[in-house]
Amino acid sequence: MNTSVNLAGVILKNPVLTASGTFGSGIEYSEFVDLSKLGGVVTKGVAITPWEGNPTPRVAETTGGMLNAIGLQNPGLDVFCERDLPFLSKFDTAIVVNVCGHSEEEYVKAVERLAETNADLLEINISCPNVKEGGIAFGTNAAKIEEITRAVKKVARQPIIMKLSPNVTDITEMALAAQNGGADAVSLINTITGMKIDINRRTFALANKTGGLSGPAIKPVAVRMVYQVAQKVSIPILGMGGIACAEDALEFLMAGATAVSVGTANFHNPKVTEEIVEGIEAYMKRNRIEDINELIGCVK
Amino acid sequence: MKRYESLTILESSCLQEGIYSMTLDARAIAQEAEPGQFVCLYTDDLSRLLPRPISICDVDKETGTLRLVYRTVGFGTKEFSGKSAGDTITVLGPIGTGYSKVAEGAEAPKRILVGGGIGIPPMLLLAKEWKQAGYEVIAVLGYRTKDTFLLDDMEKYATCYVATDDGSLGTYGTVIDAIRENNLIPNGAENETVIAACGPMPMLRGLAGLAAERNVSTYVSLEERMACGVGACLGCITKTKSVDAHSHVHNARICTEGPVFDVKELCF
Repeated sequence: MNTSVNLAGVILKNPVLTASGTFGSGIEYSEFVDLSKLGGVVTKGVAITPWEGNPTPRVAETTGGMLNAIGLQNPGLDVFCERDLPFLSKFDTAIVVNVCGHSEEEYVKAVERLAETNADLLEINISCPNVKEGGIAFGTNAAKIEEITRAVKKVARQPIIMKLSPNVTDITEMALAAQNGGADAVSLINTITGMKIDINRRTFALANKTGGLSGPAIKPVAVRMVYQVAQKVSIPILGMGGIACAEDALEFLMAGATAVSVGTANFHNPKVTEEIVEGIEAYMKRNRIEDINELIGCVK
Repeated sequence: MKRYESLTILESSCLQEGIYSMTLDARAIAQEAEPGQFVCLYTDDLSRLLPRPISICDVDKETGTLRLVYRTVGFGTKEFSGKSAGDTITVLGPIGTGYSKVAEGAEAPKRILVGGGIGIPPMLLLAKEWKQAGYEVIAVLGYRTKDTFLLDDMEKYATCYVATDDGSLGTYGTVIDAIRENNLIPNGAENETVIAACGPMPMLRGLAGLAAERNVSTYVSLEERMACGVGACLGCITKTKSVDAHSHVHNARICTEGPVFDVKELCF
């Protein structure tokens, strides 16, 4: 039975990765999960310099999901390269570094710096809804996506995955823009912008007023978008949005994702990623699927 | 080491309206739990997916039991309060850095434990351990009314003073009023005293003010909206004066570096 997939030229032992921002750099979750059993670890977004992030409250629960407005707090690439990358390198898993920036120049500098490291893939976060500069301001403009993709590809050593926002009229336009700019893959969806009011305090539940909605509530939107993008682009898709079990992951693969990222579900069950790997294998056995690649995009 | 496991409930009872007690068969967690640490409890389905952080009220290492006393505030805690002995619940713990931080500080012989409302439960285990360690343990407990909870348990380990919002028991006012009224920190005793507190933010801010005014070493337990409970998501940070271990900015994680902090470290 083959569970390995090829994501933009990198062979993953299975299609299960973690979603950026929910799993740190794997250090905290390594108490619960054998990281070597995962297809890859996608790190929390990292920028060239440390970012302080937003004021609290930064998270709020909603029915079937949650809102977050962390604001991409991160230690910057110096600490990340000294501490987090060597930690992840101890495991037999692909290292996918999520990169954020306030400007095109910052993305380029970060990608340049990461070219000297052993990271396997880079995921470029142009879709964070919780930061004022960079983030979603770039991810909702097709021309800007193409321009940034081209700029980072020029200096990149690793394959580039552009992470797309669902907060657009037509996500396939954004995916095509990334492909035209030379992206090796796209990942989708980032969180959906939302809001919650705390009726007892009579104010916003999040200090940032708005936040990104994630969790099982957004899964049908994500599956639909992965399917639509799969019909339009030829580059592979890393699918995510509300995956909480093997059945959810299989929906994304069948809709056209080559691999999936599991995010918010880690907060409900820190062992969930490993359980999803096992669940996919059990499904394949039960249905006599020899190669997982038979399932990718099998629903047309 | 943190464990994520399904545990059997040995006892579940209502202490007063909205305040519940739950005892769990938690062999592994009980062995490692320290005062001021907490556990995360999970609801039974993904419609409410985030863990509920609940402070550890008491542990019995011999019998391997863990006691939690919590307030029902929403869907999750209401679900927990509806469970009975014999039911199971998913738990992650023990989590965080508790009052063991105090041990790194002064060896002051007098320990004043200050608990406000649902901040009282973690004071029980702390009072027990500090009493066993030979400290002079005083507890100052703030309730809304004379309907107290855990007061009998606290009296086993501490000399207790009570403050109530309506004056129906003890000092009429706040825990800080009770500290002043009873002259619990006499002049000259500042260096021999450590304050450990858990409660609402206005109470903790008031204590920080008192700590600064009298120059008494004070440790407080903070609360914040949390998502992962393991230090990965960076949801529950508090601003600190020194640079934090994780992001090298000034944001300590309440679930990891906390929930207990030296007030001198915080930006109150």
